[in-house]
Amino acid sequence: MVEFLNDYLYPTLWIVAKIIAIVLPLMIAMAYLTYVERKVIGAIQMRRGPNVVGPFGLLQPLADGLKLFTKETIVPFGANRVVFIMAPCLTFILAMVAWAVIPFDEGMVLADINVGILYLFAISSLGVYGILMAGWASNSIYAFLGALRSAAQMVSYEVSMGFVIITVLLLAGSLNLTEIVLAQRKIWFVIPLLPMAVIFFISTLAETNRHPFDLPEAEAELVAGYNVEYSAMTFALFFLGEYMNMILMSGMTTVLFLGGWLPPFDVAPFNWIPGPVWLALKISAVLFVFLWVRASLPRYRYDQLMRLGWKVFLPVSLAAVVIVGGAVVAFDLRPGS
Amino acid sequence: MIVAALAFYLFAFVTVASAVMVISARNPVHSVLFLILAFFNSAGLFVLLGAEFLAMILVVVYVGAVAVLFMFVVMMLDINFVALRQGFLQYLPIGALIGLILLVELLVVVGGWSLAPGASLSVVAPRPLPDQVTNTHALGELIYTHYVYLFQAAGVVLLVAMIGAIVLTHRRRDNVRKQDIGAQLRRSTSSVELRKVETGKGL
Amino acid sequence: MSFLNRSVQTIFLWELLSGLSLTFRYMFRPKVTLNYPYEKGPLSPRFRGEHALRRYPNGEERCIACKLCEAVCPAQAITIEAEPRDDGSRRTTRYDIDMVKCIYCGLCQEACPVDAIVEGPNFEFATETREELLYDKDKLLANGDRWETELAQRISADAPYR
Repeated sequence: MVEFLNDYLYPTLWIVAKIIAIVLPLMIAMAYLTYVERKVIGAIQMRRGPNVVGPFGLLQPLADGLKLFTKETIVPFGANRVVFIMAPCLTFILAMVAWAVIPFDEGMVLADINVGILYLFAISSLGVYGILMAGWASNSIYAFLGALRSAAQMVSYEVSMGFVIITVLLLAGSLNLTEIVLAQRKIWFVIPLLPMAVIFFISTLAETNRHPFDLPEAEAELVAGYNVEYSAMTFALFFLGEYMNMILMSGMTTVLFLGGWLPPFDVAPFNWIPGPVWLALKISAVLFVFLWVRASLPRYRYDQLMRLGWKVFLPVSLAAVVIVGGAVVAFDLRPGS
Repeated sequence: MIVAALAFYLFAFVTVASAVMVISARNPVHSVLFLILAFFNSAGLFVLLGAEFLAMILVVVYVGAVAVLFMFVVMMLDINFVALRQGFLQYLPIGALIGLILLVELLVVVGGWSLAPGASLSVVAPRPLPDQVTNTHALGELIYTHYVYLFQAAGVVLLVAMIGAIVLTHRRRDNVRKQDIGAQLRRSTSSVELRKVETGKGL
Repeated sequence: MSFLNRSVQTIFLWELLSGLSLTFRYMFRPKVTLNYPYEKGPLSPRFRGEHALRRYPNGEERCIACKLCEAVCPAQAITIEAEPRDDGSRRTTRYDIDMVKCIYCGLCQEACPVDAIVEGPNFEFATETREELLYDKDKLLANGDRWETELAQRISADAPYR
């Protein structure tokens, strides 16, 4: 009995505690991201944004959550019930599980696996299923069109994202996220790989279906795209999944290009601040760019989106793999050598 | 240890069960979803074997890309599965025969399997312990040394297939107006003439 | 040279960046939001809001039940029934406006010969039930009593243009 406790129960409880320690702050961050988004876009459009519920409108996300929670979940007639309910859950869960490998500080990671970056890439490539299933199960033309657009878009931009990740791996020499961050001790990869960082960021915009690539939910054409038939909590799960994905993608950008938890300069006032705070600050900065871009740029047309993905990003990132690979061999930049 | 065993049986059971559901589900979209579940559980089995690189690649390539396209196509096609199933019994003998042949072939392959004659030599060569080398390194070292020609050949085959697909589907269409973004951006104010038109006179 | 210029601009995403910098500068501009329930925008004297039935200064109701408003109403939102009162004058016994049907075109107040039915400046009369929007004579007269100062002001302000 004691053995059972020591070998299985306590480790399990410890893991559960760690998961809660990751998920809870994330949920709060996600809720307040919706608030910050409305505030930032409001500011750019010279508006105030939410300011009525609570001081500075700070309780607005809670009010929104409560509202969505108490509404009725409607399953449309002719919809495929199981898949219809499964789709938002899948979106939300996938956005959550990816956090298992993101390192918050040296050694502060839930699962320090050797193929962390591949895991992230795999999970982010699965995000399309939630949308596809939702679009198909809704039994609605708008939803279906949104889902098809989203599938084509996400598959297209994943290709160039993969190549960009390879350039980072060439410099880092490891698939482990902790080691990728540690490889940026001397210089953040955003400096040697600036064009790649830009391509990666734009691809993450497309990957999360954010402006200016939010064609799957283009209001003007598709009403609301894949989530047109969703209401109440099922809609909230999609909505939160999208914001969660934004945070995740910002986290990925931070880990790959902005040096993860590392302070910008390893000198006195900077390295007093603990790593997780740096990580949070960097993620917030990237998220701000997400919102800023949303407030600034108009939506792409679908053929322009495909052109950008296949005719611009793919060749450029492919060439970058060759160039970076060549540079690594020529100047003997191989990590660990 | 017992956890690993339980995990194995769980993954194995779900893999087999979902594989059965792939062929028995009435709705083709459900079939694809079960196929994805099967992929996932085989990825889990890979992880249990310690082949995490393969597991992740399986998920990225098959679930993240190939199955999306399956799903895409299956959703777009409105297949009448009742009509498709009508000749099922008629083709059963042929299907069973093919299955039998495959089984026999598999048995022959497995029965005749032995270590390569040179393998005992490479065992003598000093090698790092498996748990000191990550999967990715191990695979890379094999692929880019021992199997480099096969690897390149596989790449060439894929490239040819890709080019072939493009050549087969690409049509040259006349009278299509294409957007030339460069030309649009190159336009400047010199291509537009501003004129002051007097009222009632026109141009 | 211009080719080089353009290429450099394209490669460094110059136009995207200049657009982004513009929106960034706008973030620090003063806000133009009207803090609505606490601040309100100006209203024209011709603004057509909630209806009201007015009275003469001596308390006598203006409406003489001519039914011109009922006739002109394009949405047929007005219902009037009339009978001679005890003192022999013609007055309405019923004056209903279905505010759900009303399109706020203002034809009723244009048609009225005695400035009895007017559309006032009030636009905040949302209700929780549909029934509350079926206004009867009492409600309209009460509106008139409540808004009389503003209504008289608005009519006199608009008078020179009529």
